[in-house]
Amino acid sequence: MSSERQVIIIGSGPAGLTAALYAARANLKPLVIEGVEAGGQLMLTTMVENWPGYRDGIMGPDLMTEMRAQAVRFGAEIVQGDVTAVDLSQRPFAVTMGKTRHLAQTLIVATGASAKWLDLGVDKKLSGRGVSTCATCDGFFFKGRPVAVVGGGDTAMEEAIYLSKLATSVTVIHRRDTLRASKVMQDKAMSMPNISFIWNTEVIDIKDIDKGEVTSLVLRNIPTGETSELAVDGIFIGIGHVPNTALFKGQLAMHDNGYLKTHDGSRTSVSGVFAAGDVQDHIYRQAVTAAGSGCMAAIDAERFLSGTLHESHQTVEAGL
Amino acid sequence: MASEKIKVLTDADFGDSVKSGVVLVDFWATWCAPCRRLEPTVDQLAEDYTGRITVAKVDIDENPMTPGKFHVRGIPTLLLFKDGDLKETIVGLETKDKLAQLIDKHL
Repeated sequence: MSSERQVIIIGSGPAGLTAALYAARANLKPLVIEGVEAGGQLMLTTMVENWPGYRDGIMGPDLMTEMRAQAVRFGAEIVQGDVTAVDLSQRPFAVTMGKTRHLAQTLIVATGASAKWLDLGVDKKLSGRGVSTCATCDGFFFKGRPVAVVGGGDTAMEEAIYLSKLATSVTVIHRRDTLRASKVMQDKAMSMPNISFIWNTEVIDIKDIDKGEVTSLVLRNIPTGETSELAVDGIFIGIGHVPNTALFKGQLAMHDNGYLKTHDGSRTSVSGVFAAGDVQDHIYRQAVTAAGSGCMAAIDAERFLSGTLHESHQTVEAGL
Repeated sequence: MASEKIKVLTDADFGDSVKSGVVLVDFWATWCAPCRRLEPTVDQLAEDYTGRITVAKVDIDENPMTPGKFHVRGIPTLLLFKDGDLKETIVGLETKDKLAQLIDKHL
């Protein structure tokens, strides 16, 4: 089964859905493949206070529901499921989802980024058994129990603040002696009486794999090398994200850290393939910048299709 | 809306309900956004496997005993039972194809 589209958008976070909105309004009848993490990272947040236009904030999942409905209102078609393979060697591009194959004249990649794990092996094995990357999903299970949060950025602080209302104590474990989080989030976290901080320290093991649940963490003080154990029932990991670019390896140019390279707006190394949102942005990573770049990608795709895309001022090396 | 083909289980009837056959149980809560995302996938599985497996869900807010018993500490979590034995644990979101593969293993 295959059908040809003018534009296919992979991903349904702020970048993908804004691209869908613009492409739909340009009458391109976009197909959005929403992915298994539909709605993107905002689906895992609570109150979003920096989305312009909402002076009192808006809940992340509500914002995504609105964005989705808005794109659909103008004719975007949204399908569930994950893309399993892409072929960008010729146009139309082929996008495969299991047994279904779609063809598209242009492609907008908005696959975003996913939470990074600790790389201990044991953390993935105990996922859903006390190890989590989503406080709003799993915090419930830690009512009246001690937990730890790993990381020093906004994600980690948001998790710590959320958990402080449920858990008896929240211990933030951070590799450095200063936080990377925004001032406002730092102040909030520091003001919570049951949040404490362990600095210059990393998690080197999570116990107890034999019991099949988290009972404690083994910590190592980085400057001294001293190890210690911290008894907790849960550990929430907020150490950043990795871009979802595995599908495009060997087909689209990437930076060393795996993020897609773009140039002259949203163009990738393949003509007719555009990228938007966190998949190509390791610097700003905001909902509003993702949405902005989604808009750019849709406009670029529209101009590409009509043959009016402005000339490239720069060629990106095809280093794959 | 949940499919009519999905059985709603509680702490009271959980044990008896998974005793025989293949039963896929979705642990969820109203406030869990990823659970809502998984819902259409689970609904679709209930349709696709009508008569072959039982698809059920447990609201963890109202039924805290069962998730505790199976060490569920994150949702969405799907548990697959065959004749009362826990065979598969799937934490987080997963595609319909992958879930179908896991179910097929036990049919």
